[in-house]
Amino acid sequence: MDLTNENGFLCGKILADLGVDVIKIERPGGDPSRKVGPFCEGADGPDASLTWFAYNCDKRGITLDIESREGRQIFEQLVKSADIVIETFRPGYLDSLGLGFAGLSRIKPGIVLTSITPFGQTGPYRDYEACDLVLMGMAGELYLTGDSDRPPVTMSLPQAGLHAGADAAVGTMIAYRHRRKTGEGQHVDVALQQSAAWFLGQVIPIWELEKTVLQRVGTFRSGSIGGGIQRQVWPCKDGFVFFFMIGGQQGAKTGRQLVKWMQDEGAYDSFLMTFEWETFDMATVTQETIDKLSRPILEFFQSHTKKEVLNAAMSRNISICPLFSMQDIVTDPHLGQRRFWTELPNPALHKAVLYPRQFARSSENDLASRMRAPRVGEHNAEVYAELGLSPNDLGKLTKAGVI
Amino acid sequence: MDTNNSNAFSGLTIVAFSWAMVGPLTMKFFADYGATVIRVETSHRPCVTRTSAPYKGGEAGLNRSGYFNHFASNELSLSLNMGHPAGQAVARELIARADVVMENFTPGVMDRWGLGYEELRKIKPDIIMLRQNGFGLDGPYKNLAAFGMILAAIAGMPNFIGWPDRGPLPMGVGAYTDCISPRLASAALIAALDYRDRTGKGQLLDLAQFETALYFILPGVLDYAVNGREPERRGNADPYAAPHGVYPCEDDNSWCTIAVLDDAQWQRLCGILGKPECSRDSRFDTAVHRKQNEREADELVTAWTRQHTAQEVMESLQAAGIPAGVVESSAEIYADPQLRGRNAFWPLQHDEMGVFTHLGASFEMSKTRAQAYRPSPCLGEHNEYILTKILGKSDDEFVELLTSGALE
Repeated sequence: MDLTNENGFLCGKILADLGVDVIKIERPGGDPSRKVGPFCEGADGPDASLTWFAYNCDKRGITLDIESREGRQIFEQLVKSADIVIETFRPGYLDSLGLGFAGLSRIKPGIVLTSITPFGQTGPYRDYEACDLVLMGMAGELYLTGDSDRPPVTMSLPQAGLHAGADAAVGTMIAYRHRRKTGEGQHVDVALQQSAAWFLGQVIPIWELEKTVLQRVGTFRSGSIGGGIQRQVWPCKDGFVFFFMIGGQQGAKTGRQLVKWMQDEGAYDSFLMTFEWETFDMATVTQETIDKLSRPILEFFQSHTKKEVLNAAMSRNISICPLFSMQDIVTDPHLGQRRFWTELPNPALHKAVLYPRQFARSSENDLASRMRAPRVGEHNAEVYAELGLSPNDLGKLTKAGVI
Repeated sequence: MDTNNSNAFSGLTIVAFSWAMVGPLTMKFFADYGATVIRVETSHRPCVTRTSAPYKGGEAGLNRSGYFNHFASNELSLSLNMGHPAGQAVARELIARADVVMENFTPGVMDRWGLGYEELRKIKPDIIMLRQNGFGLDGPYKNLAAFGMILAAIAGMPNFIGWPDRGPLPMGVGAYTDCISPRLASAALIAALDYRDRTGKGQLLDLAQFETALYFILPGVLDYAVNGREPERRGNADPYAAPHGVYPCEDDNSWCTIAVLDDAQWQRLCGILGKPECSRDSRFDTAVHRKQNEREADELVTAWTRQHTAQEVMESLQAAGIPAGVVESSAEIYADPQLRGRNAFWPLQHDEMGVFTHLGASFEMSKTRAQAYRPSPCLGEHNEYILTKILGKSDDEFVELLTSGALE
């Protein structure tokens, strides 16, 4: 039973793709999360949201007012047939309806309840208001992102709810495994802030060991000790490529192969061509060395296209990638060869649209998406019939605003 | 060496040919809940994280990297020279006793060692193999040695970050996709275990880090597929809400976020700003008007935030039910009371690091909690345990392996 908004959509989506019969429960009239953009142009109404479409495919959808007396009784029947309930209400809301973990466990012993909230069910920030911008700030991504002469900047597609939704899928499945072994249910408590803060593991050791607070440096990247910065985003002929000099055997290989490619194309720079890549260590390298290495590389990339860089990366084994546009992604031959895309009908547009087939391929199980996101109450008749409700009952409940 | 025998994955054994950050982050979900995760490493080509700064005391060493040691708690380390026939034999013996083999190199590495899925099945018919490569097992990019920062680029993510008048930006320190594939891979792997328990069948899971990253920008991909629209960089603005941004605070380079999502929040904010008259001002009374006059609304907010610390802004706005927060630096995340209260950091005693903070739980569970069983391993720390206790070799056999160079 999936009672989530966009903060938790991905949880049920992952479970559904792995074979779980996920039933998305919306309030009558449709969930407010159907108003989250971007939207299908030229369409409006509850099916126009592409965020809804993206993360609710492969779920069945029903409507139910769980706050009404009759709605609550029906929800209890649904819970009796369920293994898992996932929800994104404010902490305490389900408890206030008698449908928190204790209440649900009485209805269905062994139930797994997964709650996904901005800050979790406990702690000083539990009741704080949040949106993705606030959460990405409190999870640490924002501070490190953006040009140094402007405020920190966020990603315009919400992220924290995706980290948390994926975390919630893992937690739910761990709980389900425990239940299979012991019969015991439990409450999984996922927080968007905590899930998104995972990324900060890359810099927390630098703070702890060196008392250095890394700063945002735009298209560059900070080293930890020397304070040197080097470019990550390099302009090329028709866009950008991403490349980063790293030390060790792996980095040295890429450095040597890049120089070899430049030499093969007639580029010459005595400092770069004779540089000992094994000695490169971002912790100790000077800014002067970084700059001297970067200058001819920058010139070289500027005279090459994204495609040329990608082809050289493949044929010469250099760790560089172009920045792909959405068009590049949708038309990418690699994804094409891996049959990454499928098509699913979009009800707002009355036509099939591109959709990822699967997030993983299994030699045993078909994990492919096959069902588009549900329309409001699309599976009411089907799901409620499974509960034993007659069409007559459904008519009455619809009239009463319960479904 | 005993692990809690009542946790969700107690009794499960995973052999992990695990590299960089993606490997340990994926394995963490299993190790923290009781699985025996054996990380196969080598001193001939140590993990890139073992050879990356920062180091304890500024002194480089394979067991002294803060980067490696932050992520690898609860793993056992076996150093194995896979170029040595006896090393290969040990790997095969371990696999014969394992439930799962995971790897996240480029695909050719395991294949060269004769440890592709078909070979593993001959060793252990119901083995589950998770191959979590950058680009997956086939397709033209399969051998491209990728890491998180360039994978985020080819997945198009920087297009969604930045200002309208400037170019695309990387997320933070860059390796953003390293935080995406581990959770999706773990979910798929737990499902595969469930399937094996029900049917007796193992399987191969092929999960490309590139592909899982696309799930995190899927509405943007669909916006192109449906509307032909490439992403626009829009700073911190929201298309429908204002004020919505990052604002400077009193201290140097200190910032807060504020997001006004409805008119009632705006009215309460005006009270806090000491400008109650602005709540009725026709420039700002509705979301549409505030959006039209966003710059002026932002100036009002900024004039006030500059006089307060980010903490003060967060506390006073949150007390009024307005979304706001500190833009937390790494030092502030480290001290964050909410995260500290949720088992997110594990200070553990490590032989070379001293007491060092390891990454803790990612979420809370009421019955099967993530446990800090042991600190991150030194390279080869568990060789003797694994060979004598798990594989049952005699002391003489162990010493022979040791002197043969197979355990380097």
